[in-house]
Amino acid sequence: MSLLGAFNIGSTGLVAQAMRLNITASNVANAESVAGPDGRTYRSRQVLFAPVPVENTQGAGVQVVDIVESKEPLKQEYKPFHPMADKNGYVQMPNVNPVEEMVNMISASRSYQMNIEMMNTTRQLMLKTLDLGR
Amino acid sequence: MLKVPQYDSIQFGEAALKLRAFRQEVISSNLVNADTPGFRAKDIQFGDVLKKTLDAKMPSSANSLATTNARHIGGAKSPAIATEFRSSVQPALDGNSVDPDIERSEFMKNSFFTEATLSFLSSTIKTRLSAITGQMQ
Repeated sequence: MSLLGAFNIGSTGLVAQAMRLNITASNVANAESVAGPDGRTYRSRQVLFAPVPVENTQGAGVQVVDIVESKEPLKQEYKPFHPMADKNGYVQMPNVNPVEEMVNMISASRSYQMNIEMMNTTRQLMLKTLDLGR
Repeated sequence: MLKVPQYDSIQFGEAALKLRAFRQEVISSNLVNADTPGFRAKDIQFGDVLKKTLDAKMPSSANSLATTNARHIGGAKSPAIATEFRSSVQPALDGNSVDPDIERSEFMKNSFFTEATLSFLSSTIKTRLSAITGQMQ
């Protein structure tokens, strides 16, 4: 049944938006992490979306092709007694922008809801098709 | 008097439903790519495509070729459905031309018309059944 294509496309959207939400959560959680596992200050991460062909359809789904670290300069905070302070007394803080992250989160959750709604409608149509001729 | 094309109502319903399902796919991919940079929203001209599908179907259904081996040539296939780019009112700076509001309303409209087609087709089938059995169901 061809309506299944719309379903598959919707599911790629769910996966991609969930990934975006995960990355946002990681950014917000690490907004104050001055040292990661590699000893470097945490840098804000962003997902890159790109269209991807879906099996048995002519439409395009969406896919996270890459997760990139933000190139924005790190925030400098003057904390001379901090263990991570450099010789001038500055600590490198993550370049996470909380406002940007909140906007990202709302946008991702709205898109997720939209995909769910779309799949629900498609499901109802498929059920109605099964009832054809009854 | 206006000339009305006489299509078999079951064949018409089948073609319309297939095309509705295809359009559902196209609009789904627009919605799913609402956040993808550079993605341009697509759609089909439903009426034109349906007419073309039905007109192409009438003669070719009688002389279509069956392919039973991978080396057989499939004969004239039904032409690929032409999609067109939707012109956007407020394109985004990243080149994305999907307007979620337009896409959602088109999606709802398409769902509604799919249901309508399904109920028309259902009634046609019921009518034929009652003609065959000779009693009201």
